[in-house]
Amino acid sequence: MPSFSHFFDTLFSSSDVFIRAMLLTLELTVVSIIVGIVIGLLFALLKISNIKVLAWISDAYVFLVRGTPLIVQIFILYFGISNLFLLPDFWAASLALAFHNGAYISEILRGTIQSIDKGQMEAGRSLGMSNSLTLRRIILPQAFRRALPPLGNQFIIGLKDSSLAAFISMNELFNVATTLGSNNFDEMTYLLIVAVYYLILVAFLTIVVNLFEKKLSISDR
Amino acid sequence: MEQKEMIRIRNLHKSYGDLHVLKDIDMKVLDSDVVCLIGPSGSGKSTLLRCLNYLEKKDSGQILIEGTEVKPDTHDINKIREKVGMVFQHFYLFPHMTVLENVIEAPTHVKKVPKAQAIEEAKALLAKVGLSDKADVYPSKLSGGQKQRVAIARALAMKPDILLFDEPTSALDPELVGEVLATMKELAMEGMTMVVVTHEMSFAREVGDWIVFMHDGRVVESGPPKEFFTNPKEERTKEFLQTTVF
Ligand SMILES: Nc1ncnc2c1ncn2[C@@H]1O[C@H](COP(=O)(O)OP(=O)(O)OP(=O)(O)O)[C@@H](O)[C@H]1O
Ligand SMILES: [Mg+2]
Repeated sequence: MPSFSHFFDTLFSSSDVFIRAMLLTLELTVVSIIVGIVIGLLFALLKISNIKVLAWISDAYVFLVRGTPLIVQIFILYFGISNLFLLPDFWAASLALAFHNGAYISEILRGTIQSIDKGQMEAGRSLGMSNSLTLRRIILPQAFRRALPPLGNQFIIGLKDSSLAAFISMNELFNVATTLGSNNFDEMTYLLIVAVYYLILVAFLTIVVNLFEKKLSISDR
Repeated sequence: MEQKEMIRIRNLHKSYGDLHVLKDIDMKVLDSDVVCLIGPSGSGKSTLLRCLNYLEKKDSGQILIEGTEVKPDTHDINKIREKVGMVFQHFYLFPHMTVLENVIEAPTHVKKVPKAQAIEEAKALLAKVGLSDKADVYPSKLSGGQKQRVAIARALAMKPDILLFDEPTSALDPELVGEVLATMKELAMEGMTMVVVTHEMSFAREVGDWIVFMHDGRVVESGPPKEFFTNPKEERTKEFLQTTVF
């Protein structure tokens, strides 16, 4: 174990590199979650559509993502995508993570959409609103609100999963930590340091998600 | 003057799987009339009401709304629903919107009424149901009776020709029933055409123009309230009225 003073010295002296890496981790996470929400919503809607083929496609997607390790998905998508299109590494990594998060998010959203009382849809329809208008204006806002706690949780899982982007040479937190660690023959110090950065990010995200929840729960008070 | 036929139902049948819920229903609703649908639980009252705005699909028979038969494949069901409003037992207000937002939602998004005008009309409707001071609160803050009155205002905002009510007071605490019935009575006096599924016999007797008694999926007896309540002809009707509190 490194001594306290050595740990703090290294923490401060390496802060430039780590903060840059932290921003990249944050970017990867935010982009992959936002794109993941779009993908997740799409597949959640396919799943609850009354069209069998579409629901089946959604099932297949969730099955594939849940049934294989994230690192395998990242490698397949990374090498697959960069063989097909010339995609910057950042986007290859983000899309791979988004594809992965999207499956979990689609399950979250499917559940909360289905948990909304079917009377809400009937009330909208009986006012002359179309199915899609009612979905957009009445059902989805309520479903998203209910999804916020599990989405926040997925956000944090996504943040930590982004460390696997190190394996496709993104200079995010984990990659920087292992590189500096082996260059300086001091792995443990840098691993402890990177743990601190992850904890800071998770604490920050938790606060943001809580603020969101508070803001959206005005109607319940 | 002859009253216009707002709703005409002929030989309506509806089943859920093996369960034959509506059996050869014939019925009409005249302009400005209040038709009260009564009958024991499970007799098919809600199903019949829900067929009228196509929340349930009929199996066979005819439903004419203001003289035209609606074919879901060729007609725009949403257009019919603009004319036929509905008030539910459990209100189904939109919980993420304020009272005012609930009321202007459909006019602004379906009829594309300008927002300022919709708000003005909504405020007038809220005043009418006695809830002007609640415009900016969320539904979770309202009592059941207030919620139901907002639901009525929300339905009225689309300026429907016909309003359907499915047991509008059954989910309310007894002391809140009166305020909702009073609002409905006021609407009836203004000439709104209404079809009301209810267990409130005194309301049916006082406000109803026509009573329809259903049992086991059939219309067993119907008539003007005075005759219906004082001189029922069918055995089943007599039995039902004997077990019902007024
Ligand atoms: N969606 C459905 N699927 C299957 N059966 C149904 C469905 N809706 C209603 N039923 C059945 O149809 C019959 C008539 O139901 P309906 O709700 O129309 O009765 P009701 O007269 O409104 O009764 P209540 O006074 O209890 O509201 C009942 O036997 C009910 O169980
Ligand atoms: Mg019913």
